[in-house]
Amino acid sequence: MEYAGCRITSTRLNVKGCRVSDLKRTPLYDLHVALGAKMVPFAGYEMPVQYSLGVMKEHLQCRAAAGLFDVSHMGQAILRSDDPEVAKAALERLIPQDVLGLGEGRQRYGFFTNDAGGIEDDLMFANRGDHLFVVVNAACKEADVARMRAALEPEVTVKLLENRALLALQGPKAEAVLAEHHPSVAEMRFMDVATVPIAGAECWVSRSGYTGEDGYEISVPVAAATDLAKALLAHEDVEAIGLGARDSLRLEAGLCLYGHDIDATTSPVEGGLTWGIQKMRRAGGDREGGFPGADRVLREMAEGISRKRVGLLPEGRAPMREGTALFASAEADTPIGGVTSGGFGPTVGAPVAMGYVDAGHAEIGAALFGEVRGKRLPVSVAKLPFVAAGFKR
Amino acid sequence: MKFTEEHEWLRVEGDEVVVGITAHAAEQLGDVVFIELPEEGTMVSKDDEVVVIESVKAASDILAPLDGEITEVNEALVEEPGKVNEDPEGDAWFFKMKIEDMSALDDLMDEADYKKYIG
Repeated sequence: MEYAGCRITSTRLNVKGCRVSDLKRTPLYDLHVALGAKMVPFAGYEMPVQYSLGVMKEHLQCRAAAGLFDVSHMGQAILRSDDPEVAKAALERLIPQDVLGLGEGRQRYGFFTNDAGGIEDDLMFANRGDHLFVVVNAACKEADVARMRAALEPEVTVKLLENRALLALQGPKAEAVLAEHHPSVAEMRFMDVATVPIAGAECWVSRSGYTGEDGYEISVPVAAATDLAKALLAHEDVEAIGLGARDSLRLEAGLCLYGHDIDATTSPVEGGLTWGIQKMRRAGGDREGGFPGADRVLREMAEGISRKRVGLLPEGRAPMREGTALFASAEADTPIGGVTSGGFGPTVGAPVAMGYVDAGHAEIGAALFGEVRGKRLPVSVAKLPFVAAGFKR
Repeated sequence: MKFTEEHEWLRVEGDEVVVGITAHAAEQLGDVVFIELPEEGTMVSKDDEVVVIESVKAASDILAPLDGEITEVNEALVEEPGKVNEDPEGDAWFFKMKIEDMSALDDLMDEADYKKYIG
C-alpha cells in the first residue's frame, strides 16, 4: 500500500514492523499472484488487497452476485475432550457465550474477554459433535491458542490446525454456486455447520461470513484448497475479492474489525456486542458470569456505560478515517469520541464510519463534527448496519 | 507532456500548465472517491500540498509541481472523483497554473524518462 510519490497520509490494512521476508503465505498465494492480485502485508501474511477488478468493483460484485475470499490466515483450532461437554464447559470459562447450549451442527459468534472486561479477540465457535471448532483472527491466533491451552489443558486438548485453508464464498449467488458442488448446502441455515465433500475433499462448511451477505465459510485441506478455489472461481457469478473490499463490506455491515473497533480496552457492552451474550450468561441466568472480566461486563449491562460504539455518516464526501477526532460542536476544544473504522461505502455510495462517542452523544441522529485535515466537518450518528444483512435465517 | 517524480503530468497550454496525475499513479491509488481542490488564485510553492485525493484505500496529497499561481481547478472532479480512474491523463486534470519560471519545466522528465522511472 505504500506508494512513492503521492504521500499516503492515512492507510489501514498495513501491519507495521513486518518485513516482507518475515511474512507468511497462505496455500493460495500462487493463485493470488496468477490472478493479478496486489499483495500486501496483513497480520503477518502476504495477502491480496485487491485483484484486477479493484476494490470498488469487488465490493459491488460481492453484494450483487458472489465473491471468493481467502481467509486462510485466520486461525482454525480444535478443542477436544473425552466427554465433549467438558470442552464446552471449559470454553465458557474464557468467553461470555452459551457454549453448553449450542446444538450440534451450530455455530456462534463470541469473544475472549480479559480480567478488565476488555476484548482480547473475537471468534466463531462451532459444535461439531465430538469436538468444538474455533476460528480466530490471524493477528491473535498464537495468543488465543496460548490462552486456551493455559486455561483448558489438560482436560481439553487445543490443536491449532496448520493443514487446512479457509475460504469464504459470500453474496446472494453463493448458495446457487456452492449447491452445484453439493446440493445439501442449500438446506443449511445461517450459522449451521456441516461436513460436506466438495471437489473430492472433506470440507467443513458453515453458513456464515463477515460481509453482511449470505454465504459460506469453507475449511478445506491445504492439498485441495487451490483446486476448490479455482472450481468456485470458474463460475461466472464468482470473482476473487481482496482485503480492501472485505474491509468496506464488513464496515457497511456494521461488523467490528478486531484491533480497530474493539480491543483489549473496550468492553463488549461499549462495543455494542451484548447481543452476543446469551441470557444464560447474563445476570439472573443459570450460568451467570464466570468469564474473565464478568464483574465489569455485567455491571455495565445493569448500570450503563460512558462511551459507546456507533455508526457515523459524514454529511459531505470526505471519508472520515480511523483516528478522526469527533466533537460535539464546530468550536468545542475537547473531543467526545473518535472514528475507529471509516472509508467510502461503495453500496451506500458515500462515506461511512464507526467509532466511539460519549454516551450523551450516542443517540441516532446526534449531530457531531469530525476533524479532517484541520477542518470540522459535519457527521451524524447513524443506525448500524448501513446495509441490511442478507443472511438466510 | 512533462512528468514529475510525484507522478504528476504537466501539459503546456499557452502561458499555463495543466496538471494531473499519471495513469500509473491512478492505478496505484485505486478507485478515487474524494477530491479536494485548491482555491483559484492561490499562490503556491513547489511541493506545497495543493490537492487532497482519497481512494478506497488511502488519503494522499498532490504536491505543487513548481512555483506559481493556481488559475483554474477542475470542479467536475469533486462531483465525479471516479473520472481520475477513467481518464487520468485527459478529462481528469486537477488544476491549471501560471508558472513563474517556464524554464523550470526543462528540469522535469519527458515521457521516455518517466516510463523508465516507473520501471
